[in-house]
Amino acid sequence: MLRRHVLSATAAGLVLPLLGRAALAQQQQRYATMHAFIPAGPGGGWDGLGRAIEQVARQAGMVGSFQFENVGGAGGTVGLPRFVGQRRGDANSFMVGGAIMVGAVLANKSPVGLKDVTPIARMTTEPGVIVVPGSSDIKTLEDFLNALKSNPGGTSVAGGSAGGMDHILLGLLLKSQGRSAKDASYVAFAGGGPAQAAILGAQVKAGISGVSEFAEQIKAGRMRALATSGEERSLPDVPTLKEKGVDIVLGNWRGVFGPPGMKADDKKKMVQFFTDLHNLPAWKEMLERQGWEDAFLAGEEFEAFLKQDEKATTEVLKEVGLL
Amino acid sequence: MDIWSGLALGFGNALSVTNLGWALLGCFLGTAIGVLPGIGPALTIALLLPITFQVSATGAFILFCGVFYGAMYGGSTTSILLNTPGESGSIITALEGAKMARNGRAGPALFTSAVGSFVAGTIGTLGISFLGPIVVELALQLGPAEYFSLMVLCFVTVSAVLGGSALRGLTSLGFGLLIGLVGIDLQTGQPRLTFGVMELLDGVDVVLVAVALFAVGETLFLAWRHVEGKQEVREVGKLMMSREDWKRSIGPWLRGALLGFPFGVMPAGGTEMPTMLSYFTERKLVRPQYRKEFGTTGAIEGVAGPEAANNAAAAGVLVPMLTLGLPTSATAAIMLSAFQSYGIQPGPLLFTTQADLVWTLIASLYIANIMLVVLNLPLVGLWARILKIPTPQLYAGILVFATIGTYGISNSVVDLALLYGIGVVAMFMRRFDFPQAPVVIGMILGPMAEQAMRQALTISQGDWTTFITRPISLCILVLAVLALLGPPLWATVARRA
Repeated sequence: MLRRHVLSATAAGLVLPLLGRAALAQQQQRYATMHAFIPAGPGGGWDGLGRAIEQVARQAGMVGSFQFENVGGAGGTVGLPRFVGQRRGDANSFMVGGAIMVGAVLANKSPVGLKDVTPIARMTTEPGVIVVPGSSDIKTLEDFLNALKSNPGGTSVAGGSAGGMDHILLGLLLKSQGRSAKDASYVAFAGGGPAQAAILGAQVKAGISGVSEFAEQIKAGRMRALATSGEERSLPDVPTLKEKGVDIVLGNWRGVFGPPGMKADDKKKMVQFFTDLHNLPAWKEMLERQGWEDAFLAGEEFEAFLKQDEKATTEVLKEVGLL
Repeated sequence: MDIWSGLALGFGNALSVTNLGWALLGCFLGTAIGVLPGIGPALTIALLLPITFQVSATGAFILFCGVFYGAMYGGSTTSILLNTPGESGSIITALEGAKMARNGRAGPALFTSAVGSFVAGTIGTLGISFLGPIVVELALQLGPAEYFSLMVLCFVTVSAVLGGSALRGLTSLGFGLLIGLVGIDLQTGQPRLTFGVMELLDGVDVVLVAVALFAVGETLFLAWRHVEGKQEVREVGKLMMSREDWKRSIGPWLRGALLGFPFGVMPAGGTEMPTMLSYFTERKLVRPQYRKEFGTTGAIEGVAGPEAANNAAAAGVLVPMLTLGLPTSATAAIMLSAFQSYGIQPGPLLFTTQADLVWTLIASLYIANIMLVVLNLPLVGLWARILKIPTPQLYAGILVFATIGTYGISNSVVDLALLYGIGVVAMFMRRFDFPQAPVVIGMILGPMAEQAMRQALTISQGDWTTFITRPISLCILVLAVLALLGPPLWATVARRA
């Protein structure tokens, strides 16, 4: 008993001087209870971000406890109206959402959209990757773009549900080749497993999805990555579209939103909370462990980004014929 | 590492006291949630994910596998006793199982499903250990065209449950296809038949419909037609399987397991198709003296086969997950995300980079299987006692149970409205002798067949011959034609001769 006391006292004596004032200040509790609203089922990407926030914030002592509510369905458009309706003005509530929701709100003609919630911060992003089966005779991005240009109908591409990020990326690629997004031979699969299986079995010519989804297959040589759609390289040996002279940057971003009707002070407090959370070393570790790319953007910059994202998504969805 | 030393290593790790404890806890939890309609293994494992921050990877995966296998066991219990399937793989079990229970044969039905699950689970686990990588490569050869043909084959099974009147049966099937269409269309992203109700965008849950049709419909029907004063207490009957029951079950167990495993391995296979095919097969293969039990007093073959198929398919689902890192079911997807929170990247290299973990997991599947059968067999007597509850109280209980389970799926009031709305439809269906099973079959197969067909046609650029120029697809279609036309043709020939 005594010995443990001495040990911990020594440890504290060693560590304390090393911690700066800022680090100490972060130990302050900001919220006694936070209500996290996840407009998707447990286990998905949004749920993962919500739980990661919980883990880091609680370990740092910034939040006493978290309450989670999952209302899944239709790219978040089932949960969104519920969050807007039930949490109006609540200073302790936040919702996780992202790029998929922007598209889903448009495609489902949802009466409630991201305009009805308070943007707080963008936290992570995941660029897309274009792959072909390992045995394919398409070797480079140029080969693939040529195939798209000369025979878009015969170049079947597998991805997630229609109107999602994968579909939009294909639409943008076709546009860049002077084709219409309507020409796409896009094969939508429910969930990553069946889509991956179709690519591995060479049932389709190519596939598009988030980098993390295909990373292991690429590493094992069963899929060949042609390009990624981020600002910078996501895989060391795979060029970005930009490097290859195709001016497309697209990512599946995820972020947090406050309820509608938040007081200015409450909003400021929440933006500050997520900014400080993002600056914790534990958050960096979390990003690394989960394989997420940092895409932090808060307050007004985030709002401006949202507007622009919505505009671009509308344009492509219209051209694909989904709006 | 070769298979035998892998297994030896795995058992060495899995047989520690802590890991056995995790397996026991998982089996227990799994059985419990399998019993509840709505709360499936995927949701449970998702809720258990936070323990990955505290527990070792091996312990956590043993727990998850226990939950996964346990849910398959538990799901059949309510199917048989209460006509309330706990998950989609045990919907078909309810067809004969509930009839057996109503005729005082609940014990043998529960028994054959538990032993069948054990047999099939063991065959499935052997499949994972020895055939996994080979089978999965074969399964990858199947594209959307082949899946569509497989579903055509499954549609043949509807003929087995149409009942006396083809018109009534087909009406039920049409109703099922209609419900199956509700929601966002995968290929175009457009909402269909949702009438502006956001909750309908993701479609209607098949377990919800099955519960509404079987449990709520029957309860409402009884409440409507129940004659006051005539209290009938159901007979529990003998608990053990007779020698005859064993003889009748062994064939269906083995056939069900052999049918189920490959479907589980297929990336778009699942547990529903093999259970249907197994039911159809057993109904056709049953010895003539028992044929009349199908659809009337309940035939044990119709429980043993589908239940085995369900469990073997569940084992098969783990194959693409472990060998290729492909999540082909919701449960597998959540298990993969658990791998990631340990910093393990599941993929084609998992078997080489994480041999320890993978083999321990496989060993724990064998152990979970034995635990489950030991856990479940003594419970048969206890479960069967449920039937001693007088009818009104029993059915009131079922209604409460179904309502809680359904609300548990999504916390959605719309789902409850659907449950009772479809329940009322089912009540009238019972009153006017419309069979309910084709509704569920239509609802499961319709959307799958539609998507597979459109995917195949997108790939072939609209060329319909893709279904008959691809050899595997053609074979399956020929099989479907034989299954449909064979028996009546055979009967005509036999009569003439």
